[in-house]
Amino acid sequence: MGMEGIGAPVKRKEDRRFITGRGRYTDDIALKDMTYAWFVRSPHAHARIRSIDTSAARAAPGVVGVLTGADLAGDKIGGLICGWMIHSKDGSPMKAGAHPAIAAEVVKHVGDQVAVVIAETRNQARDAAELVVVDYEPLPAIVDPAKSRAAAAPQVHPEAPGNLIYNWGLGDEAATDAALAGAARIVTLDMRNNRLVPNAIEPRAAIGAYDPAEEHYTLYNTSQNPHVARLVLSAFVGVAPEHKLRVVAPDVGGGFGSKIFIYPEETVCLWASRRIGGRPVKWTADRSESFLVDAHGRDHVTHAEMAFDADNRILGLKVHTIANIGAYMSTFSSSVPTYLYATLLSGQYDIPAIYAEVDAVYTHTAPVDAYRGAGRPEATYVVERLMETAARELGVDPAELRRRNFVRSFPHQTPVIMAYDAGDYEAHLDAALKIADYAGFAARKAEAKARGKLRGIGFSCYIEACGIAPSQAVGSLGAGVGLWESAEVRVNPVGTVEVLTGCHSHGQGHETTYAQLVNERLGIPIDQISIVHGDTDKVQFGMGTYGSRSGAVGMSAVLKAIEKVEAKAKKIAAHLMEASEADIVIEGGELKVAGTDKSLPFFQVALAAYTAHNLPAGMEPGLKEGAFYDPTNFTFPAGTYICEVEIDPDTGKTEICSFVAVDDFGKIINPMIVEGQVHGGVTQGLGQALLENCVYDEESGQLITGSMMDYAMPRASDVPSYNVTTTETVCPGNPLGMKGCGEAGAIGSPPALINAITDAIGNNDLSMPATPEKVWRAIRAVA
Amino acid sequence: MTKVTMTVNGRSVAGDVEDRTLLVDFLRSNLGLTGTHVGCDTSQCGACVVHVDGRAVKSCTMLAVQASGADVTTIEGIGTPEALHPVQEAFRENHALQCGFCTPGMIMATVDLIKRKGTDLDEATVRHELDGNICRCTGYHNIVKAVLSAAEKMAGAKAAAE
Repeated sequence: MGMEGIGAPVKRKEDRRFITGRGRYTDDIALKDMTYAWFVRSPHAHARIRSIDTSAARAAPGVVGVLTGADLAGDKIGGLICGWMIHSKDGSPMKAGAHPAIAAEVVKHVGDQVAVVIAETRNQARDAAELVVVDYEPLPAIVDPAKSRAAAAPQVHPEAPGNLIYNWGLGDEAATDAALAGAARIVTLDMRNNRLVPNAIEPRAAIGAYDPAEEHYTLYNTSQNPHVARLVLSAFVGVAPEHKLRVVAPDVGGGFGSKIFIYPEETVCLWASRRIGGRPVKWTADRSESFLVDAHGRDHVTHAEMAFDADNRILGLKVHTIANIGAYMSTFSSSVPTYLYATLLSGQYDIPAIYAEVDAVYTHTAPVDAYRGAGRPEATYVVERLMETAARELGVDPAELRRRNFVRSFPHQTPVIMAYDAGDYEAHLDAALKIADYAGFAARKAEAKARGKLRGIGFSCYIEACGIAPSQAVGSLGAGVGLWESAEVRVNPVGTVEVLTGCHSHGQGHETTYAQLVNERLGIPIDQISIVHGDTDKVQFGMGTYGSRSGAVGMSAVLKAIEKVEAKAKKIAAHLMEASEADIVIEGGELKVAGTDKSLPFFQVALAAYTAHNLPAGMEPGLKEGAFYDPTNFTFPAGTYICEVEIDPDTGKTEICSFVAVDDFGKIINPMIVEGQVHGGVTQGLGQALLENCVYDEESGQLITGSMMDYAMPRASDVPSYNVTTTETVCPGNPLGMKGCGEAGAIGSPPALINAITDAIGNNDLSMPATPEKVWRAIRAVA
Repeated sequence: MTKVTMTVNGRSVAGDVEDRTLLVDFLRSNLGLTGTHVGCDTSQCGACVVHVDGRAVKSCTMLAVQASGADVTTIEGIGTPEALHPVQEAFRENHALQCGFCTPGMIMATVDLIKRKGTDLDEATVRHELDGNICRCTGYHNIVKAVLSAAEKMAGAKAAAE
């Protein structure tokens, strides 16, 4: 490992602009003659639009235009799409309702947009929006997914009778039923995976700019995947032809999934810019709008049964989940409670039979889609809450029950599609037990008791799947896109390097880690390497960043391109030094003839490639190579998390005393960045388990938790410092041996905390978030 | 419209603003100082923290007219890429930022925190004092480390100067 190569905790190249206020986020961009959009949003969860009167708004100061759903339909702008087809058990395709960018006839959740006002200033647009008179006929609404299928429940879309989008199954039901029938013990649990609001601190924003002379569109957008946005906006929504649409995702202030999706607002900004004659149209969400219309996460209602034999080995697992999709099917919403969820229900365990059934339902709430972890946190919560509950009911140590059931040989085919390629689950369990001083827990509990506090410990042995692929496999499961990644490595004539990646960094540190990979291979200092991403005019088509894919998939593509550069550079060097190509090695920024003192600095080879005065016969000039990389399998990060809490029985308040995370992410490029990803992920998971909860009013469908004053975001004083470390089994599925680390923390941590709290209070009946009131009541329920 | 004048990062500035214009909007839109961010609309997230007459203020909660005549410092004013403030340097050294959006507010709040509480800080104090600044990326772990490290270095620098 060099100072800047793979494995080095290199300080981030991108930080200098962020710490000095010189980042360039979408809302920081001001274009000439820019106008501002403000959306008129429904105050009702469900209502028919009788009429919209925009005349007063049009006459208001500074107003450039007012546009409605009728205008959108008149221009034949299509609806938004869901890009993953799921088929029900009976073979029928999912029943997706229409998703117009502006509602024209019926609004389906609070915040649904019904018109947009464009004005010279943001305040003028906002003022005029209040003058748009919408005559609504309020209709009854349904917000609870568990009740949405009732015969009397209000219907969200006529296309989906009974609000059922699909009834999907995975696994062998008969074998699972047989396992349950033959069990010595069955452990049963009903769980709610609470609804969350992603809340990246940068609110979503978009600037649409139409150039009438070129008939060309530019979209600046807070996007995790600008090329996918361009594809969907052109090929499906039909706002602009793909070759006439440039999408730029500049600095993006966090995503966590919520900025993957193609939303109504950016669609409207692009279209509106054309409608008003080409002046740019900017929209920046208020945080209140983020709460109303950003895709939310989770919201599962689950019943699960796990069967054990007399030796405490798992025989089978049967799961039924109702997944709330919200009022519209967001871009990848259908895949989250199916192939990203039920495929991970085997956990780290050797389970002979699994059957999962999922009902995806519409409700009059904001759309629900992927949020950090996307399906895997929900699966992990089911499995790890069941394991802890089983340990208690079977009267065995929770660590030992897990150990007894671990998968031990690889590859391991689960009953739910996944083939685990590599892992050592005992290694991280043992490491975590040691770091957490599990042996000393009983003494700490007794000491806490003497102080009148309830101390508890909880485990979570999670597994997840990253780098979703290969494309052919996900295509056969219904994905509308391939999930490869692209890269181009451009060596400049002076030997500096630009890497163009289809991934997008919105906090992950790609400008540093990708440069580390180039440094490792070519020996060039990282300050001579630039990483270019987030602009469809600059970068070849790529799939963006989500699902912890930028390392395992994105960097594998970069490596493939580097290898092509190396091969050509070696040919040139061999020619120049009159040596055999096979004898050329690249070391420390030089191309050397092995076993001799002959060498050429890399920049001289690069220069030779561009002067082209003396190249091998028939060789094209230049030193620039591209690659597309399609993985052969998912990757499977796994780990053990141990959480220790202390609870004040008088107040129900939980203090997290320690949190130990031991993760196996395979090979690691930059341990400093990996640890940072775990810190952030764990905090989001602890936020879900302790604080965060998105609540709609059952009767009115109003969003109760509509601001950061009502929705409890984790703050510095809510969480402890963490004890984070890694173990390593090399991932055989990609050339760098990487597994991915972006989501593990959020996936593994919620059950660890709930298991710890329920252990402390001696009552397993506790739902997330474990607010002091709920914990206090749970303590009293068993007192 | 009302005319406001103030000193921002040592420079005298003036502008005509609506009475309802927030200080943060004046800084971002009128002056182009886009380092100060807006992350919420309820004074919760702290991405907009600047210093007004030497005190940390959430600039989304102050009208531009209220700041007229004041001495305002923003993230652009405390250090430059070539000459970082010790707190900026500590954030970089300790990987206390990921997406960078909350970072300017965090740094401005930290500078104020060290000024108010001194350099002899402990973790509990830092966590309590940063409650008005929300970060969604880092889980605060490295921010706390950075604040403690900056405080220590600033104490050392102060001692060396004395």
